[in-house]
Amino acid sequence: MAATATIEKVSIIVSKGSLEGIYPALIMANGARAEGIEADLFFTFFGLDAITKKRWEHIKLATVGNPGLHLPTLLGGLPGVPDLVTRYMERKMETLDIPPIPEFIEMIADTGAGIYACKASVDLFELDKDDLVEQVQGIITVGEFYEHAAGGQIIYT
Amino acid sequence: MPTATYADTAVPVDDEGFFTDPGRWSEPMAEQIAHEQGITELTDRHWTVIRFMREQYAAKGTGPTVRVLGKTSGVSVKELYQLFPKGPAKTAAKIAGIPKPRGCI
Repeated sequence: MAATATIEKVSIIVSKGSLEGIYPALIMANGARAEGIEADLFFTFFGLDAITKKRWEHIKLATVGNPGLHLPTLLGGLPGVPDLVTRYMERKMETLDIPPIPEFIEMIADTGAGIYACKASVDLFELDKDDLVEQVQGIITVGEFYEHAAGGQIIYT
Repeated sequence: MPTATYADTAVPVDDEGFFTDPGRWSEPMAEQIAHEQGITELTDRHWTVIRFMREQYAAKGTGPTVRVLGKTSGVSVKELYQLFPKGPAKTAAKIAGIPKPRGCI
């Protein structure tokens, strides 16, 4: 491993509200903190679901229009299929010690990572601070996001 | 393979300084390894984590993740990061003389 260059800070943007849109960002943020790297998560657009009280326990895998699933589109659209596939995936992840989204977000907040919501998206979905989970440290603008991200890497998932 | 000298004893380590033979570790080595990791003094709380790492390694052949540490060591995730700011699982594994834990969580 090269010791010459190190990453000291990452800012990860989460814009999708599906299971497979949210988990990679959480895993990368948590992994950054585990390596002693400063990390912030910015939830924007549908990514906000991951930090919205009414929704964070009900994140589902996209079973329609998701070629990675190798499931016929018509089948993926049948009632109950998204829940079934999501539960199957969650069980597999649990065996790998990957926590459910609410527990994962609490844990990431405990590692000292920042959790922020995008103001434009909060306005768009007519949410306010009370709709978001308590781990959210602020509702910030794009400009404020860039201020936070200064001096580090920005990852868009 | 590189070696490191702790408590006047040369021990084999990997390229990143993790013990490759946990049997060669002894408690007096911990303080010196901790200093190299930027931890000035090992408190009782540090030792709770270090001993837990050794037990888990002995039982499972690998160091625990931060999630497991937070749930079962008696030290919360928040406190773990206060004790080991540069990453609890990795830093504690190094101080505890066990190989680097490998995992994405």
